[in-house]
Amino acid sequence: MAKGPYSDIVMDHFMNPRNMGEIEDADGVGEVGNPACGDMMKLYLKIEGDRIVDAKFKTFGCGAAIASSSMTTELIKGKTIDEALKLSNEAVSEALGGLPPAKRHCSVLAEDALRLALEDYKKKKGLA
Amino acid sequence: MDRIYFDNASTTPIDKRVLDAMLPYFSDFFGNPSSVLIEEGQMPGKAIDEARERVAELIHAEKGEIIFTGSATESNNLAIKGLALANRSKGRRIIFSDIEHFSILNQADFLTDLGFQIDYVKVDGYGIIDMGDLERKVTEDTILVALIHGNLEIGTIEPIEEVARFLKKRGILLHSDGTGTCGRIPVDVKELGVDTMTLSAHQINGPKGIGALYIKRGTRLTPIIHGGFQEMGYRAGTENVPYIVGFGEAARIAREEMGERMAHLTMLSKKLREGLASSIEYIHFTGHPEKRLPGHVSFWIEFVEGESLLLWLNLNGIASASGSACASNMAAEDEGGLKASHVLTAIGVPPEICHGSITFSLWKDNTVEEVEYVLSVMPGIVKRLRDMSPLYENYKKTGARTI
Repeated sequence: MAKGPYSDIVMDHFMNPRNMGEIEDADGVGEVGNPACGDMMKLYLKIEGDRIVDAKFKTFGCGAAIASSSMTTELIKGKTIDEALKLSNEAVSEALGGLPPAKRHCSVLAEDALRLALEDYKKKKGLA
Repeated sequence: MDRIYFDNASTTPIDKRVLDAMLPYFSDFFGNPSSVLIEEGQMPGKAIDEARERVAELIHAEKGEIIFTGSATESNNLAIKGLALANRSKGRRIIFSDIEHFSILNQADFLTDLGFQIDYVKVDGYGIIDMGDLERKVTEDTILVALIHGNLEIGTIEPIEEVARFLKKRGILLHSDGTGTCGRIPVDVKELGVDTMTLSAHQINGPKGIGALYIKRGTRLTPIIHGGFQEMGYRAGTENVPYIVGFGEAARIAREEMGERMAHLTMLSKKLREGLASSIEYIHFTGHPEKRLPGHVSFWIEFVEGESLLLWLNLNGIASASGSACASNMAAEDEGGLKASHVLTAIGVPPEICHGSITFSLWKDNTVEEVEYVLSVMPGIVKRLRDMSPLYENYKKTGARTI
């Protein structure tokens, strides 16, 4: 049972972030910053066909920001682009067992990073 | 693993001797001190008197100049509102320093509604009051200045004597929040020249829920809690006898052990500061390097965010504090409640960046071994967070120090 304001899942992803790092030859990169908190999130996608085959992140931010980034990469790996575009910040937050109200913007940040990474991919492919 | 408590600026544990002194006053000596004619009231009344003497001795005041309150916050409220109301025929302007505690700053709206105007005086990069700015801000209409004595976030100790001399010549009152200093360093209210000063018990191993206010003899101050004639009419309400007794005992112990504590803390904080400086790149120490609270080490680290740092320290068994926006107000309704510390902003740490600020505040029971352990884990934590920081990645590629 979580002792602090963060759920056990958030703490797990904070302590053991999944898919942390860079993808050197990424097909799409999304970078976002949030002025409210000063968080910075960078999401790298590897896409084959219309499927996300790999996702990695780097994040400067609080526990919620790191956990949201980590969870987002987990949720989108193996998904098609259309499926990934449907991923909402609420879904990220829910998968994390909830976030404190003041930290919900961290899950929005992850959603924004994902959208930018997918836009970047489409631009590179001349799809957008 | 045993916890390492380096968050003594937030609060300290009750000393066993303090607790022992308090216990009889919950049950054996439960009487109301106002019941002076019956035996049950006489013993608690005497205990309060002795505690008042001990607290007065701690800051070289007279017994009759000490009022007990429910907290340092209440003391700050009583001092500012009380002095403002008692002196409103002389003027309506009050000056707060930019690095006051919320219990001073957040009175501004209320006082403005009452017809007062609040002006703010700047501090320099070390957090020391800017005397030139004070001179510019003082007007004919200024009646009161609030300047914290020792800032618990950055450790800086303010030149209260100099400010008091400047204000006295102009007939302006000075309140100082001594929550961080009274019981930690020698304080002599007569030498400092303050008109009122706030003290806290739980900062010096006394209980929470009890504070005190020094009111210089002859100072006019309007009470803000009305009722019976307790605390010489300055603060109504049946006295919290066991807590007052606890404060008195904590004050006695703090005064008697101050010398050895300060030497111990100075040694520990020197070791901690030097160790951090030599093992962590891009670390910036905050507050004044010498004029600071003993045992207080505060800093921020580039490319690393404060809350994550604090969480990792906590996972390693180390309690600390952070002034970063992300760690500011977990209970806030939304992200609008997240703000970087006003103290760090006032000393020029970029407010828009969620910087890795940490305050380690050591106290009497901390040891060299604990400092060594903290020094052994810090570089690893910082490396871990930097490895996942896009800001650090960007810095390595472009040399841009965005913070």
